[in-house]
Amino acid sequence: MSAATFINIQNLSVGYTSQSGEIIRVLRNVSLSINRGESIGLVGESGSGKSTLALAALGFFKRGLRALEGDVEFDGIDMLALERDDLQAIRGGRLALIPQNSGQSLTPTLRIGLQVAEALRLHSQLNESDFEARVVELLTQVRLPEPATLLSRFPHELSGGQQQRVAVAMALAGEPDALLLDEPTTGLDVTTQAHILELLRDLASERNMAMLYVSHDLGAISRVCDRVAVMYAGEIVLKGSTKQVLLSPRHPYAHGLLSSIPRLTQTSLPLALDGRPPMPSETITGCAFADRCALADERCRSTPPTLKQLESGEKVRCFHPDRIDQLPVVNKTVTQKGNVSADHGGDALGLNQLAISYAKPSLWNQLFSNASMPPATVDNINILIRTGETLGLVGESGSGKSTILKAIAGLISPKTGHLVLNGEGRLTPKVENRSALHLRQIQMIFQNPDDSLNPRHNIAQILAQPLRLYFSLTGEELRQRSIELLERVRLGSHYLDRRPSQLSGGEKQRVAVARAFAAEPAIVLCDEVTSALDVSVQAAVLDLLNELKAQRGTTYIFVSHDLAVVKAISNRVAVLYQGRLCEIGPVEAVYSKPFHPYTDVLLGAVLEPDPNFMPKLSADDVVELSPPKTGCPFQRRCPRKLGKICDTDVPPGRIFDNGHQINCHIPETDL
Amino acid sequence: MLTMILRRIFLGLATISIVSLIIFAGVEILPGDACTQYLEQDQADVELLEKCRDDLNLNRPAHERYTEWALGALTGDLGMSVNGEAKISDLVGARFANSLLLAFFALLVGVPLAMLLGVITGLWRDRKPDIIFSTIAIFAMTIPEFVSATLLILVFSVWLGWLPGIVLTSAGSPISEFFPEILLPVIVLSLVMTAHVMRMVRSSVIEVMASDYVQMATLKGVPYWQMVFRHALPNALLPAINVVALTIAWLLGGVVVIEVVFNYPGLGRMMIDAISDRDLPVVQAIALIVASIYVCINLTADLMTMIANPKLRTMYLRK
Ligand SMILES: Nc1ncnc2c1ncn2[C@@H]1O[C@H](COP(=O)(O)OP(=O)(O)OP(=O)(O)O)[C@@H](O)[C@H]1O
Ligand code: SF4
Ligand code: SF4
Ligand SMILES: [Mg+2]
Repeated sequence: MSAATFINIQNLSVGYTSQSGEIIRVLRNVSLSINRGESIGLVGESGSGKSTLALAALGFFKRGLRALEGDVEFDGIDMLALERDDLQAIRGGRLALIPQNSGQSLTPTLRIGLQVAEALRLHSQLNESDFEARVVELLTQVRLPEPATLLSRFPHELSGGQQQRVAVAMALAGEPDALLLDEPTTGLDVTTQAHILELLRDLASERNMAMLYVSHDLGAISRVCDRVAVMYAGEIVLKGSTKQVLLSPRHPYAHGLLSSIPRLTQTSLPLALDGRPPMPSETITGCAFADRCALADERCRSTPPTLKQLESGEKVRCFHPDRIDQLPVVNKTVTQKGNVSADHGGDALGLNQLAISYAKPSLWNQLFSNASMPPATVDNINILIRTGETLGLVGESGSGKSTILKAIAGLISPKTGHLVLNGEGRLTPKVENRSALHLRQIQMIFQNPDDSLNPRHNIAQILAQPLRLYFSLTGEELRQRSIELLERVRLGSHYLDRRPSQLSGGEKQRVAVARAFAAEPAIVLCDEVTSALDVSVQAAVLDLLNELKAQRGTTYIFVSHDLAVVKAISNRVAVLYQGRLCEIGPVEAVYSKPFHPYTDVLLGAVLEPDPNFMPKLSADDVVELSPPKTGCPFQRRCPRKLGKICDTDVPPGRIFDNGHQINCHIPETDL
Repeated sequence: MLTMILRRIFLGLATISIVSLIIFAGVEILPGDACTQYLEQDQADVELLEKCRDDLNLNRPAHERYTEWALGALTGDLGMSVNGEAKISDLVGARFANSLLLAFFALLVGVPLAMLLGVITGLWRDRKPDIIFSTIAIFAMTIPEFVSATLLILVFSVWLGWLPGIVLTSAGSPISEFFPEILLPVIVLSLVMTAHVMRMVRSSVIEVMASDYVQMATLKGVPYWQMVFRHALPNALLPAINVVALTIAWLLGGVVVIEVVFNYPGLGRMMIDAISDRDLPVVQAIALIVASIYVCINLTADLMTMIANPKLRTMYLRK
C-alpha cells in the first residue's frame, strides 16, 4: 500500500449469527483503500452491503452485526481494536459521517444550533463563547440562508435539502480529514441534489479530504468520484476509475446496472436486469451473479471467481470480462411506446379547470375568525388525456402531482372544476359515490408496495379482492384468472400462496400492478411507482407497464420526480410547479427547446451517469411552502423572470406545434 | 398557541357538559326514580315516598332539575344524598381527599420507579437487568390486584405483622392517622402502575435507541451517557406523559378493587356503597366527578406534550 493510503479496509467480512446458529456473511472479504484527497464511489443494489461497509470504516456495526475477520485502518489506526474513548475522539472528528437520511438523523428535540455546537464541543479546541460564531460560519459555508435565525430552529422546521446541509455542517465542525457519505442526496429533488453535490465537490477539493460516497445513483457518483467500486451480494465485483466503470464497465452486473438506467438522451425504455441478488443466507457455490448473468457457463456456477486486475487497470471479479461486448445494450424485446395521435382513439379523461385545496376552514375558524385562505394547492389544471396514451406528470416535491392523482381517484374532492370520463359526462368527485363501473375503470398503483399490500394476506387473497368485487368470480374460475394475471406480470402460479413479506421489492410492485389490472381498468394512475425500487428493478417494472399497455390499450397517468423515467415511458408530459401547469406537450417537444424556464432548470439539474457530463444549475433550490397569490407560480425562483408582470399576471399559454403549450410571459420566439 | 389552549379548554368543557347530560339522562331512563329506588318500590310507604320526592324536588320537570343540578355542580353544590342527611359535596369531598392521598403516594413511588426501570430495561435490553425486571413486571401486570393485595396482606400483616392489613381510619380523618395503614394499598397500587408504565417506557426507549438520530449521535462521537441523556431520553420519555396522565386519572377515579380489599375510604368504595344503597344522587355526582377528572388530566397531558414536543409547539406557535 502506498504511504498516502488513508482509509484502508482489508479482507473485511461482516456478519451475524442466525437463529439456527449459522454464521451469515453480509460482507465477504472486502478490500478497499482510499487516499487523501481522493473520492471513491460505492454502488450496488439495495442490500448489497454498501452502508455496512461505510459504517465499518468508523468501526461501527449495527446491532447484531460484527466483524468476522479482516482489518479496518484509518490513518494507520486499527479501528476495530480501539477503546470506546478513542473511537469517540475520531468519530465525528477526523472521520465524519453524513448519514443516509438526515431528516431522521437529527435529534428532533434539539435545536439545530445546539446539535452543530455539540460537534464543536467534542471535536474542536474552541472556547464555549466562540461556538455560536463558528456555527454560523459553518452554516454559511454550506450555503444555508439566514444561518443566524436557523440556529434556534428544530430539525422539522427545515426542508429536506436544508436538513442535509445541516448534516454536512455538523460533519465539517470536526474539521474532518475524511468523509463517509451514505446516500446523502437520495430522496431529494433533482435541483437540491445537484446543489448539494456541487457543495461537496468544492469542499472536498478545498480541504483535500478523502471521501467514500455510497449511493445507488450512478449520476451522483459520476459527479463527485474519482474511482468507483461496484458491490454485489456483499462482495466487490468491479473497481476502477469512474470513466472506466461508467463508460466501459467490464463486469456483466455493472454493465446491466448501467443499461438499466433511463437517460435523457435515450428515447426507448432502458434494458431490464431480471432476477434478484441472492440473500446473505443463501449458499453460493460459484459466482453470485451467475443466475442473472447472460454470460454464465458451467465454470461460473461451480467456482467462485476472484478479483483480478485487468491490463487496463480495473479489478474485476469475473471469468469473462473480455466477453462483455456480447451482452445486449439496447432494449429490443420491448414493443415501442404506442404512438397516440390526436385523432386516434377517444378521450379517456378530461381535467377541466381543476382546483384542489387542502386548507379547509375548520368550523372554529369559520365561526371565530376570518383569516384569509392560502392559495389553492393545485389550480387551473386543464388537461385532456386521450385513450391509450401515457401522460407523465413531473415536478419537484410539493408540485401537486400526487394531489391531482388523488382527485382523479376520488380520494379528495376538487375545490372547483370537474373530471370528465370517456368524454361522456362528469365523474362524481367522491369515490364512495362513484358507480361500480367507474370504480373499476380507474385503478391506482402506489409508490410503496409495502404500504399498499396487506401483509397478512397472501397473493391469492390480494388478487381475489378485485376479481370478486368487479366480476363476482369464485372457485376455479377465480384461481385461473389470478394465475393468468400473475403470468402477465411475469410471476408464476407458485406465488399465489406467498405473502408480500416473502417477495422482493420488484416482485411486490408487480403484484400491485397485477392487482390494478385485475379490474381491467381503462385508466391506471401510477404514483412514483418505481421510486422505491433499485434501477435494475425499476427498468423491469417500466417494461412491464409498457407491455401491458400495448396489449390492452390502457391509459396511464404516470407521476414521477425522475425526469428520465418519465421521458422513457410517456407519450405526453406535463410539467407542474406549485400545483400550476408550466408546460405540456409531446415528450420530444417538452424535452427539447423551446423550454419553459422551469423545465430548463429541472433538466439542467439532472445528472447523467457519465463523468464527462456537467449539470447546469440556473436557479437556487429554495423550497416554497405555498404558491404565490398572483402571477406566475415560478416567479420567486425563475432565472429569466421578466419583471413585475410575472408577479401580477397569470402567464399566457404560448402554443407550438402538436399541442405543445408553455405558460410564460416570455414570447414564443425567445423561449 | 393561546387560541389552541383556549380551544382545547372549550372542547374539554363541552365534553364535560355532554357527559353530564348523558349521566343525567341515564339516571332518568332507569325505571322509577331516586326515591323509589331508595325506598324499594313495592314496600314503600306512599307518604315516605312523597316526602322523599319533595325533598329531592323530583316532582319538577327533568330539564329544570338538570339545569339546577348542572349549575349547582359548577358552584360545587352536588345536592343532598337521597336519605337527606348530608350534602353530597361534603361526603364526596372527604372521600376525594382520601383518593388523592392514595394516588399521591402511589405516584410518588410509582412514576420515578417506572421511569427508572423503564430506562434501565430499555438500555440493557435482553440482558440480565431487563430479563429480571421485565419478568417481574409481567407478573405484576397479569396477577389480578385482589390476588396480589391478599398475598401482601398475608405476608406483611398476617405472617410478619409489620403492617396493618386493613384501613380502619374513617373518611375525613387527618392525614397522619392514615399511617401506616395506607402503606400496603400504596405498595399494591404502585406495583401495578409501575409495571404498566415501565413496559411502555421500555419499548419507547428501545425504539428511540434504534433510531437514526441516536446512531448518528454515536457516530458523531458523543459519549454514551451524554447520548442517552441528551439525544435519547427526551424523545423516549415524551410519550410517557400521556401514559402517566391516564394512570393518574385511573388512580383518582377510585381504584375500586384495592379500596374494597383494604377497606380504604376512597371514591371508588363510595361509588360501590352508593350503588348498593341505591343512592342515585351520589352515583350521579361521582360519575360526573370522575368524568371531569379524566377530561382535566387528559387536557393537562396534551398541553404538556405540546409544550415538551418541539414539533407540536412550533406548529402552534408559528401558525
Ligand atoms: N442489523 C442487521 N442484522 C442482520 N442483517 C443485517 C443488519 N443490517 C443489515 N443487514 C443485512 O445486511 C445486508 C447489507 O445491508 P446494508 O444496509 O449494508 O445494504 P445497503 O447496500 O446499504 O442497502 P440500501 O441501498 O438499501 O441502503 C442486507 O442483506 C441486510 O438485510
Ligand atoms: S463470472 Fe460468470 S456468471 Fe459471474 S459475472 Fe462473470 S460471466 Fe457472469
Ligand atoms: S412568467 Fe415570468 S416568472 Fe414565470 S416562468 Fe415566465 S419568465 Fe419566469
Ligand atoms: Mg444503505
